[in-house]
Amino acid sequence: MSAKKSVMVFIQQTDGKAADVSLELVCKARELAKRLGVKTSAAFIGSDLKEEAAKVATYGVDEMILADHEGLKEYTPVPYAKVMSEIIRKHEPQIVLYGATTTGRDLAPRIASVLKVGLTADCTDLQIGDHEVKDKSYKDILFQIRPAFGGNIIATIVSPEKLPQMATVREGVMRLTARDPAYKTVFTDFPADLKAEDFPSEIIERVREEKRVNLKGAQVIVSGGIGVGTKENFDLIVKLAHVLGAEVGASRAAVDAGFVAKDHQVGQTGTTVRPKLYIACGISGSIQHRAGMAESSRIIAINNDPDAPIFQIAHYGIVGDLKEVIPRFIKAYKEKA
Amino acid sequence: MGLNLVVLVKQVPDTQNITGNAMKEDGTVNRAALPAVFNPEDLYALEAALRIKDTIPGSKVSVVTMGPPPAVQVLKESLYRGADFVALVSDRRFAGADTLATSYALKCAVEKMGHYDIVFCGRQAIDGDTAQVGPQTAEKLGIDQITCVSVIEKVDEEKRELLVRRSIEGGFEMVKAKLPLLLTFTDEAYHPRPPSAIRMLSYKNVMAESTSQAFDESYMESESVLKRKNNLQLWDIEAIKADPEQCGLSGSPTKVKKIESVVLVSQEIKMVENTEEAVAKMVHELIADHTLG
Repeated sequence: MSAKKSVMVFIQQTDGKAADVSLELVCKARELAKRLGVKTSAAFIGSDLKEEAAKVATYGVDEMILADHEGLKEYTPVPYAKVMSEIIRKHEPQIVLYGATTTGRDLAPRIASVLKVGLTADCTDLQIGDHEVKDKSYKDILFQIRPAFGGNIIATIVSPEKLPQMATVREGVMRLTARDPAYKTVFTDFPADLKAEDFPSEIIERVREEKRVNLKGAQVIVSGGIGVGTKENFDLIVKLAHVLGAEVGASRAAVDAGFVAKDHQVGQTGTTVRPKLYIACGISGSIQHRAGMAESSRIIAINNDPDAPIFQIAHYGIVGDLKEVIPRFIKAYKEKA
Repeated sequence: MGLNLVVLVKQVPDTQNITGNAMKEDGTVNRAALPAVFNPEDLYALEAALRIKDTIPGSKVSVVTMGPPPAVQVLKESLYRGADFVALVSDRRFAGADTLATSYALKCAVEKMGHYDIVFCGRQAIDGDTAQVGPQTAEKLGIDQITCVSVIEKVDEEKRELLVRRSIEGGFEMVKAKLPLLLTFTDEAYHPRPPSAIRMLSYKNVMAESTSQAFDESYMESESVLKRKNNLQLWDIEAIKADPEQCGLSGSPTKVKKIESVVLVSQEIKMVENTEEAVAKMVHELIADHTLG
């Protein structure tokens, strides 16, 4: 089977385990490939990958390309960019997707530069459509959709003239669909030809700091924005979260103002969340923030400003002072629960 | 000996402080209404370079920016903070460049510097947030890269090696690498030094004189005017020996198809009065349907 003109996903791994975003992208690739009438392929680079590759494949990979090499156990840019560029040259996918992670955003631009092709960072949506300019028309082009300009606008980017079209996609924005254990996948080995000079850098140590904030897994998030006003007022947010057994979130503005640490940040440059309930306090609702929380099942917006955009996506809206509303919320919850 | 350190910086509209009047009626951004600022993370890159200069005698910090003539402001600010040499890469033919065309032009500018040991960039610029120009410039220069660096732990001039701390999801990595290479910086560790008053005074008049001659309506005539004052250079497409085909729009594979202001899908919203009874009613509803447990 030839994977020519496939939709390819770069499978990112840490300690041999595929990243969640890579699995999400396989699911999205499957959807795009179906629309285009082509196959899906995956490029999996690392060391001792066989077992994990079989698992990844069940999300819907038609051709799994394995570059298994001892030196590729951990990600470093030079050898990975070399191998990935060679895989792309050989298999000629029409689209290549990468997670917009630290690794994906390190690797993908380097490959785009090697291949002299376009790359769109941090997409929040991907679509297929036709693109027309003056006397030329391009059929079935990848529309790469992302917030730009600090999240104040949404831009649709195309790279119609050069293949592959490449994009990095934010974790959590594409949905994971069910695995199919019987999915038919062709496994292809890609021999990585690497020399000592292909490894100019070396990871001496990797330190995982224990995650104090678990926004992704939280069922309920109480989030504060710049409208909270002061660091002292932010204690109210923390208090409400504590009472509800919720996680504390924040907008970028609140983080920049020093109300709370960066690992609480929700939104385009923070974490993308989908809790059962998102309580937005003093958050105006910039598109950047909404990009990270709009898919919450329920949204309560509490804001002084009745015109704040957050009310347009909220299910419950309370116009008023947080210092009044939050204590009322806590009181009502304690009475009932 | 010392090291040759090149810092790539960008002047950006201050998208972090967008106010109501910065949006036009059609929902697009009115760039003119936004103040132009030194891209925040680029200041951290500059600080990292200046710290090496402070510790390794004989090192030289050069700062390059690509942009329209007013971008000279970020170069001035770099001189005030301690840069030795600055260059503005400016030419109409660079207009409309995406990250690939930008990194090509920057690569040509870095090569014009001659010998370099480390190239410093901010991780990303706040107008585009792509984080692509650093890695792409490194690839075009044919050198290694380490992105998202917070701290340079050690520079070994003899062995031509360095050790850096790099931020990754949920932690950090210590990476050892060889010179030459490109580093991109986050805003986590350093505090960028403020401009020095003495340096401001010593450069102010010189710069004003240079800019008034060089940045008139005729755009950039040549670099000759500034040759005599050799800590500011103006470079056009010929000066950096760039292929015009690979610059600007023609060198950019990505095109903006459409720009939209964000249209919010209005949905049914229950407005809740800010009273004890109304808030309690909402909370009870949420408990009843198991949204709150």
